[in-house]
Amino acid sequence: MLEKALKGSRGYGIWVACLLLLVATGFFFYLKQLDYGLGITGMSRDVSWGLYIAQFTFLVGIAASAVMLVLPYYLHDHKAFGKITILGEFLAVSAVIMCVTFVFVDLGQPGRVMNLLLYPSPTSVLFWDVIVLNGYLLLNLITGWTVLGCDRKGIPPPAWVKPLIYISIPWAVSIHTVTAFIYAGLPGRGFWLTAIMAPRFLASAFASGPALLILFCLILKRFGRFDAGEKAIQTLAKIVAYALATSIFFVLVELFTAFYSQIPGHMQHLKYLFAGLDGHNTIARWMGVSALTAVAAFVLLIIPQTRKREPLLAAACCFVFLSLWIEKGLGLVVTGFVPSPLERITEYTPTGPEVAITIGIWALGLLMITMFYKIFVSVRTET
Amino acid sequence: MKLYDGGKIIAGIVVFLIVASVPFWYGRGKAVSPPDLKLDTPAIERLKEKLCVEPAPYMRANHMKLLSAWRESVVREGNRSYKATDGKVYKISLTGTCLECHSNKDKFCDRCHDYAGAKPACWNCHIIPEEVR
Amino acid sequence: MAPTRREFLKIAGVSAVGLVLPPLATLTGAQAGMPAAGGVSQTAPGPLPALRAKRWAMAVDAGKCPPGCRDCITACHLAHNVPDFGNAKDDVHWIGLERVDHVFPAEIHSRLPESFKRLSVPVLCNHCENPPCVRVCPTQATFQRADGIVMMDYHRCIGCRFCMAACPYGSRSMNYRDPRPFIPKINADFPTRTRGVVEKCNFCEEGLARGILPACVTICKEKALVFGDLEDPGSDVRRLLDGRFSIRRRPDLGTGPQVYYLL
Repeated sequence: MLEKALKGSRGYGIWVACLLLLVATGFFFYLKQLDYGLGITGMSRDVSWGLYIAQFTFLVGIAASAVMLVLPYYLHDHKAFGKITILGEFLAVSAVIMCVTFVFVDLGQPGRVMNLLLYPSPTSVLFWDVIVLNGYLLLNLITGWTVLGCDRKGIPPPAWVKPLIYISIPWAVSIHTVTAFIYAGLPGRGFWLTAIMAPRFLASAFASGPALLILFCLILKRFGRFDAGEKAIQTLAKIVAYALATSIFFVLVELFTAFYSQIPGHMQHLKYLFAGLDGHNTIARWMGVSALTAVAAFVLLIIPQTRKREPLLAAACCFVFLSLWIEKGLGLVVTGFVPSPLERITEYTPTGPEVAITIGIWALGLLMITMFYKIFVSVRTET
Repeated sequence: MKLYDGGKIIAGIVVFLIVASVPFWYGRGKAVSPPDLKLDTPAIERLKEKLCVEPAPYMRANHMKLLSAWRESVVREGNRSYKATDGKVYKISLTGTCLECHSNKDKFCDRCHDYAGAKPACWNCHIIPEEVR
Repeated sequence: MAPTRREFLKIAGVSAVGLVLPPLATLTGAQAGMPAAGGVSQTAPGPLPALRAKRWAMAVDAGKCPPGCRDCITACHLAHNVPDFGNAKDDVHWIGLERVDHVFPAEIHSRLPESFKRLSVPVLCNHCENPPCVRVCPTQATFQRADGIVMMDYHRCIGCRFCMAACPYGSRSMNYRDPRPFIPKINADFPTRTRGVVEKCNFCEEGLARGILPACVTICKEKALVFGDLEDPGSDVRRLLDGRFSIRRRPDLGTGPQVYYLL
């Protein structure tokens, strides 16, 4: 089936070429990073995780959100999702590959990456994350590819696929829970030390992932001769609306706990995140955008008239994606380090090479999504 | 049986074989002589019995494994002495014990590593005493 | 027949400890006049027996620190080839001086005497009893020895910096760049680090093996840093802690720091 990704219209070719160019640029700067060290990024002694780990965290959410299609379709026989569950699975595959790549480029000694498996450390959450992420990748790749292959031949999927699909449902929850535990289990980082970290992660994931999927469906409808169907898109939009509401609610719950209890160790971080500390308010400005777009998106999605108008729905999904990307793909990681254990406020600003590498990995992910979806559309239009 | 796109497939195989065998063509007739390793350092000259911590054939084949075991022993177990198979006890130290005798790292370690294409990362951290003094 | 690696490991494991081996005079040792353990005179020639303990600990009598003194930092960083990048972003350090209200934010309040609030306090790895950095390390590159020292295996570290996020004391540094060109004076008796690994204080484990107390302790003219076995009632550190009130950094986190502060 792979050959179907190689043939396409002129526009498809140009799009793929652009993505390849971005991937190549990112790779070029990664070689520079290998030569110079991680000092090429904006990370420092105080803020020791940055854009890479933040993207990883955000993308684990995108990957986990495939469950929002798989679960209604396979457990509740929600027929409208039948056409697009494979899109969700391929989105998950691409997102997990991006995750793993982001963790890899974040390593100071990438040549020693196999030490993760040579010296397995069950007390380390990162060790478990590597296991669940790779397991999830395999599950989705196998089920998505097999189901699509059977579609092409017009035969029902083999029976052994079903158990794998059922396993992938709790597994999706596990990848984001384990990723949340990376943060939530650390003493002395008040911002992350919260039991609702995993629920918060899942809520924002189930908003950002389906929002991205709606956007992809709208793009496929316009350019790809594939219509996911009004019903499927509207159901997804409702999922996004309520997941977003839950996500906003969880953030408000965090704010209440910190500011009503008035415990400085918990308040300081949130002050930095939303208002800035000692004039350091770069992140706070981004968070302002995040809050505004979240509210705007929620309003657009919750009112049926606006939700049903495609341009407004697309705008709302862009808002959701942007809002949660800022919250999780930027604010969440950096703010945990500010102020530092020694009360220092260190600003983090990603450098050019760091941004280029980040864009390169996103382009790699988009390239995979493009090719998977191209194969999907070719198979679907053939049959 | 018919071979579809036979021309393209065969051309592909030929190109692959040429590319894969380039190193052999490139290196043809350019035999590299085995390295000339020097064991004439002052410390070795002073030795009555010119022996390494273990017999030379073993060291030649397994010095990297021994060094790996040494490093686990020092770093992880805090044990800094090594009892050789002949009963002699040595201080475990790459720069202290090994390089004390093999003080000509460039004429001993490096020559063979270059020949074998090995690139040990030891010297990224461990300091060659000669270079500091 | 040549022994296998397994046999070698076994041999290395059981070979007697404390065998007489010629010690190399360390730069620190030499500078500090070969400080003695167990009453060995300063000029004693020959090897010193390794110092051993059930649990190593340090007491910091911060009031004794003269203003502006950085001897302990200099000695430590010289002994361990700690680079000086000259900027906060790439900064690597094993021991540092911090304002007392930053080290003990919960304990210091505005009504304390001025002399108290102005104190600078040496901070280093606490060699916790229950170290979060060890718990989170995905390769066991950082681990705890039986004597309590939290060690780094620089050969194994993959540079994921999970330990830096986990350490509630900011004791760890990442080598964001190749440190070698930034080491003011290379000490040939201790390795440097390579780019991309995390490093931190090791309680001078390499010195203890040669019978020498930590570099920061031996250099301190004011005897503000006291080091010893917490399980030995006769040790200096125990005698000090038995006689005076001491506190530890963030004890509420349950990490069990082994650096005690007398303020």
